[in-house]
Amino acid sequence: MFRRLETGARGRVTVNVDGRPVEMEEGANLAAALLEAGFSPFRTTPASGAPREPYCMMGVCFDCLAIVDNVPNRQTCLERVRAGMTVEIQDGAAAVAKAEEEL
Amino acid sequence: MRSTQWAVIGGGIVGAAIAYGLARAGEKPLLLDEGDVAHRAARGNLGNVWVQGKGAALPPYADLSRRAANDWAAFAEELEKVTDIDVHFRRPGAFFLCFSPEELEKRGAMMARLNDAATVKSRFEVLEGDELRRRLPAAGPALAGAIFSPDDGTANPLRLLRALIQGTVALGGEYLPCRRAENITFTGNGVEIATAMGSVRAERVVLAAGLGNARLAPLLGLDAPVRPVRGQILVTEKVRPFLDCGTNFVRQTVEGGCVFGESSEEAGFDEGTTLPVLRETAARAVAAFPLLRHVQVVRAWGALRIMSPDGAPIYQQTQDGRAFLVSVHSGVTLSSFHAGPLVETLMGEGFSTPAYHPFSPERFHVQAA
Ligand code: FES
Repeated sequence: MFRRLETGARGRVTVNVDGRPVEMEEGANLAAALLEAGFSPFRTTPASGAPREPYCMMGVCFDCLAIVDNVPNRQTCLERVRAGMTVEIQDGAAAVAKAEEEL
Repeated sequence: MRSTQWAVIGGGIVGAAIAYGLARAGEKPLLLDEGDVAHRAARGNLGNVWVQGKGAALPPYADLSRRAANDWAAFAEELEKVTDIDVHFRRPGAFFLCFSPEELEKRGAMMARLNDAATVKSRFEVLEGDELRRRLPAAGPALAGAIFSPDDGTANPLRLLRALIQGTVALGGEYLPCRRAENITFTGNGVEIATAMGSVRAERVVLAAGLGNARLAPLLGLDAPVRPVRGQILVTEKVRPFLDCGTNFVRQTVEGGCVFGESSEEAGFDEGTTLPVLRETAARAVAAFPLLRHVQVVRAWGALRIMSPDGAPIYQQTQDGRAFLVSVHSGVTLSSFHAGPLVETLMGEGFSTPAYHPFSPERFHVQAA
C-alpha cells in the first residue's frame, strides 16, 4: 500500500515496535515508517475504544498517538526515527502513574 | 418576515436552556444565535456545576445555585431522554483547595457565614492537609487543606450546549444560526429583531446574549452592566482516572483529560492566552497534584466570563412584559433553573415577583444619601 518516493539516502536502524525489532530508515517520519512496517492500530481511543491510525500526518488530529520511549500519547507523525527507540500501542488513556515511575 | 411568540437571543448555554424550557412548555421559540465569531463562554468554560461559596455577597444567589444543583440530576436525565446525549453530569462533591492555613480558615469561616444566611442549606467539611491527602490521595504536600462540599458537581459544557439546542429543536423550537441581533425595536404588540439574514418579529423576547446583552439591553430600556473577565484554561492529554471529585480549579473529565484554570483578568475582549498566566496556572495545578508533572498539555485557550458588578445574576424585564433580560456567568450550574422555574416565571407572572427582586439591576444604582 505504501511506496517510498526517495530511497537509500540514509542508513537503516533498528526500532523496537511492540516488542519486535524492525528496520527503519534513520530520520524518517516515524508515523510513515510505522505504517510501512504494518504497525496497526497505533492506538485505541479512551472514549470508545475504537482503533486509530494516522490521519492528518501534520500534528493536528492526534490519531497517530503511540507510546514512544515509554512516554505515552506521543504524536508519531511529529517524530523522526532514531536508533534504539521503542514504540508500543497506546491502549486507551495513558496511566499517569506509569509516567511518574518511569521518568 | 418570520414571526413568533417567543424569540430568545443568544445560542449559548443560557439562551439554549431558556429556549429548551419554552419548547418543553409547548411554545415554539426561535433561538437566534450569532456566527462562529461569537465570544462563546459556553464553549470555553470548565464545566463545573458549582455551589461552594457562591452567593457570599447575595444569599438569594446561594439559594438559586443550590436549588439548581439539586435539580441537575433530574435535568440531565431528562435531557438524555429527549436527545440521547449524555451530558456527563456527575455529583461526587468537590474540594476547594487551599495552599495556606490562613486561606483555609478564612474560607471555612466564609462558608459558615454563607450557610447561616442561605435558606437552602449546603453541607461542607473543613479538611486539614493530612485528612485531605487521606481522602484525595493525589493531593500534594503543598496543600494546607480544603473545604469539601458534597453538593458540587461537573458536566461537559459542550455536550450540554448540544443537548439543549437539539432538545429545543426536538420539542418544536427552532435554532437559527448567523442571526446576530443588529437592532431591536418595539413594534405593535411585540418587538422586531433586525439581523443580516432578515428580521424576526416576536411577541416576547428574552435577551440571553452573554456579553452582547450590554449592547442590546439599552435598546429596550433594560440594563445589563456586564463586562468580560478573562479566564485562561489548559487541557491535558487523556489519562486514566485519578481524580474522581471536582476541585475549584482542576477537574478530570469523564474521558480522562484534565482541565484546569482559575485566572481572572480584565483584558477587554481579548480571548488570547499569555505565557505568565499559563505558567502560573500549570505550576499551581502541579503543586496541587504532583502527578500532573508528567502529563502533557494539549491545548490552552482564553474565554470571557460574563461578569456583573457583584458577580450575581441579573434578571430584569420591561414593565409590559415584552422583553426579558438574563445575564449570568454561571450558565452551566443554573441551566436546570433557567429551563425550569425561570421559564415558568417568564410565562407566568414575570420577574416582578418578589423572588426576583434581589436580581434586579436596580441593586447597582446607589442612591445619593
Ligand atoms: S496523524 Fe494527525 S496528529 Fe499525527
